[in-house]
Amino acid sequence: MENILAIVGNIDFLVASLRMTTPLLLAAMGDIFSERTGVLNIALESMMLIGAFGSFIFAYYFGNPYVGILAAIALGVLMGLNHAFFTVTLRCDQVVTAVGENIFALGVTSTLYRILLGATPIQPEAPGLPVLRIPWLSQIPGVGSLFFNQNVLVYLALIMVPITYIILFHTTWGLKIRAVGEHPRAADTMGINVYLTRYICVVISGIMASLGGAALTVGGLRYFMDNMTAGRGFIAFSAVIFGRYNPWGTFVATALFGVTDAFQLRMQAMGFNVPYHIFLMLPYVVTLLVLVSVVGSTVAPRSQGMPYIREER
Amino acid sequence: MPDKLLGWLKSFQREGLSSILTPVFGIIFGLTVAAVVIIQQGVSPLEAYRELFLGAFGDLGSFTFTLLRFIPLAFTGLAVTLAYRGGVFNIGAEGQLYVAALASTWVGIYPLQGPAFIHVFLALLVGMIAGAFWAFIPGYLKATRGINEILTTILMNYVAINLVGLAVNTFLMEPGQSAPQSPTILESARLPIILPGTFLHAGFLLVFVLAWLVYWVLWHTTWGYEIRSVGANREAACYGGINVKRVMILTMTASGALASLAGSSEILGVQYRLLENFMVGYGYDAIAIALLGGLHPLGTLVAALFFGALRNGANSMQIAVGVPVSIVYVIQALAVLSIIATVAIRNIYFRLAFKKEGR
Repeated sequence: MENILAIVGNIDFLVASLRMTTPLLLAAMGDIFSERTGVLNIALESMMLIGAFGSFIFAYYFGNPYVGILAAIALGVLMGLNHAFFTVTLRCDQVVTAVGENIFALGVTSTLYRILLGATPIQPEAPGLPVLRIPWLSQIPGVGSLFFNQNVLVYLALIMVPITYIILFHTTWGLKIRAVGEHPRAADTMGINVYLTRYICVVISGIMASLGGAALTVGGLRYFMDNMTAGRGFIAFSAVIFGRYNPWGTFVATALFGVTDAFQLRMQAMGFNVPYHIFLMLPYVVTLLVLVSVVGSTVAPRSQGMPYIREER
Repeated sequence: MPDKLLGWLKSFQREGLSSILTPVFGIIFGLTVAAVVIIQQGVSPLEAYRELFLGAFGDLGSFTFTLLRFIPLAFTGLAVTLAYRGGVFNIGAEGQLYVAALASTWVGIYPLQGPAFIHVFLALLVGMIAGAFWAFIPGYLKATRGINEILTTILMNYVAINLVGLAVNTFLMEPGQSAPQSPTILESARLPIILPGTFLHAGFLLVFVLAWLVYWVLWHTTWGYEIRSVGANREAACYGGINVKRVMILTMTASGALASLAGSSEILGVQYRLLENFMVGYGYDAIAIALLGGLHPLGTLVAALFFGALRNGANSMQIAVGVPVSIVYVIQALAVLSIIATVAIRNIYFRLAFKKEGR
């Protein structure tokens, strides 16, 4: 028990937690936009996986992690457009579409990885994102090394929380987004372009999820593995529900999963005489328990999961 | 019997020729796009697909291996089909088959008094209970608390997979072994081989029995009518006096029991022992199979055979021409996406045509 306290109580553990939180936080912040307009985005998993692979492969070939970030953004736009085309324009079932996209991402990343890099004995590594020290602020003991001594994706993830909050609740555009999610017909009557709003928000979600994937490769391990997202897209999706579609709540939720993940990694590394599978299970079990204990009272956007058909009035 | 056959055909006819054409179009689309990727690798797609076909159907040996892949895919496909008809999305077939395999192995390694068939039967039954329970939880949470079953089933998949890992590293680990694996199950708990000289086991027959059962339940019983009503329109079903929550929980539980057979039959008929990650991706393939099969048991069987052939043949293709096995996922995903897009476009077109006529 004392050992456990010693693990949790030091700054390295908090830094590790923040690292584990970043991919989830990026994906979840983007997902809030999509969900708020009424489009379920369970395809986050595929967007993260393709973002992770795309940023890795571009950073690897160009020898520059920022090229990887640009690639992730471009791929995110494409995947967002694709998801929006299926769910908004074609009005396909949002869940079935996501399932198809998730299988596609798994197949295409594993296949291209083998085709492009072959079976190499050493894991190819891409250059990682450098740490950007914020002058002066990073000198503050504790907080400084935690929040102001990170790479660009961590800063982006953290800053997106207040930005998302301000956009959603303190701008006209945010009001429009929420109107589209709650009552698309009424929003349309008020002259809001429902389709366009949904397209933009799903594309934002695509970019953010893709960057979340990049945080795993160029912003994290620097190499790519088959299915390396391992369900993080689904966890980010549940974090949004758990956070009641609110940026602050969602931040707390992703931080909870990040801490659990960092904790299980530490416990594994400590070499306790306990099978590591118990720790591997932990983030999923925690997510489940949280869903069961909290979700009952969540209010989802009313048009969630339903395509909008303009011609039918 | 001809009456029955006619019923099968009629239910297909009801949805028109398109129910067959759409999946075929989808598969062709998937194969075509994958061909582009294969060309990029400097391999002729025709040769790659020839290797794939020969690997799947070339001789009796490879054909039975295709059938061995077909069995679990058919079970999980049927599980998803049943749940989907009831308006619940079972993405948890993967987890359900893992816990079932764990439970079946546990029963299979201990000796049992009495005739052999009881041991197999018991192993299958305990596996079924485990799988059904694993599906009951998300079903219950959805019905009573409104928690999205997609999330809960996916999360429970990861828990189940790690549970199997935990089991073969601890209480189910083979004594005196350092490798994470269970002891082999006893002879009495194994599914009998039905085609001498091959590895084809009795689970193959069980697939057809259960496919027929799913068909019969869905279209010839009150419960099936309730399932389909709930799946078609929850509010209307509720208004019609159907206990929607109960139907939803029962459908999910039954779906889990079906999925369990994929894991149990694999252990009791093929692998004879439990390993970590002993079957990967069967639960996710099931969704594509159910959709490709038009959410009909017969169509599901056809789609499962196709996927089984893809999985089995892809290995030969990788060995012969070096095209990665994972290309199969690309083919599957593109098939699914093109099918839903085709259906959607048709719906939109019909709606427009209908509107014009109305005017």
